[in-house]
Amino acid sequence: MLLEYFQMIDQVASLDSNEKRLVAHSTIPRESPIFEGHFPGHALMPGVLLIETMAQASGYLVLGLNNFSQMPFLVGVREAKLRSFVEPKTPIIIQARLEHDGSGFAMTKAAISHGDQKICDARLTFKIMPFPAPELEAEMRRQAGRIGLNLENAPT
Amino acid sequence: MSTDTFDKVADIIAETSEIPREEITPDSHAIDELGIDSLDFLDIVYAVDKAFGIKVPLEAWTQEVNEGKASTEDYFVLKNLCARIDDLRAGKSA
Repeated sequence: MLLEYFQMIDQVASLDSNEKRLVAHSTIPRESPIFEGHFPGHALMPGVLLIETMAQASGYLVLGLNNFSQMPFLVGVREAKLRSFVEPKTPIIIQARLEHDGSGFAMTKAAISHGDQKICDARLTFKIMPFPAPELEAEMRRQAGRIGLNLENAPT
Repeated sequence: MSTDTFDKVADIIAETSEIPREEITPDSHAIDELGIDSLDFLDIVYAVDKAFGIKVPLEAWTQEVNEGKASTEDYFVLKNLCARIDDLRAGKSA
């Protein structure tokens, strides 16, 4: 994880296109300027970044399923529950499942856990639209390669 | 437009938004009169997709409106929306 660069996913463990489900791993960094403010003497992963982490896992799921044909943008967060504190160096598992594949939008359910401990979960809505810039598409493909998202079927 | 379809869609709109059910009529324009914005409309489309087992082609409708090939009334006045939902259901079962 590089929190300052919004790189929230370290590694995709699996992408099941039949179950429309993605599992990924990340580890909260040992140090980050974010922890200087959140909070002094009591470093915790901010809840908004946990939501961003679930959104990115969901986004890579959508990208994997649509073969990078369009870009998902987070537009809605509902029923978000932040169930436990997450400290630096904590390894986490992120799961995302496609709940609905709509016309121009998608809804996912995502969760983060640490071992048997539930950390957070939420239902997320994405607007799906053409990549607004070729640079963004190229960067998303590069990031997907970094985290091991299977792009074998993605058109170039 | 079937009455059942309208009743179900009106219920969905009332449950999804804060619009009183009695203010929702077949002639209501979802955007111009009921004031439903695009994000709230996604929730309504999601519920409609689920309730009727269809996939409302929102992208295609939006594109037609943006290109001037259709008016917003064609898709977003509720009696017209419900007629298109009926067509989608009929197409699915055909």
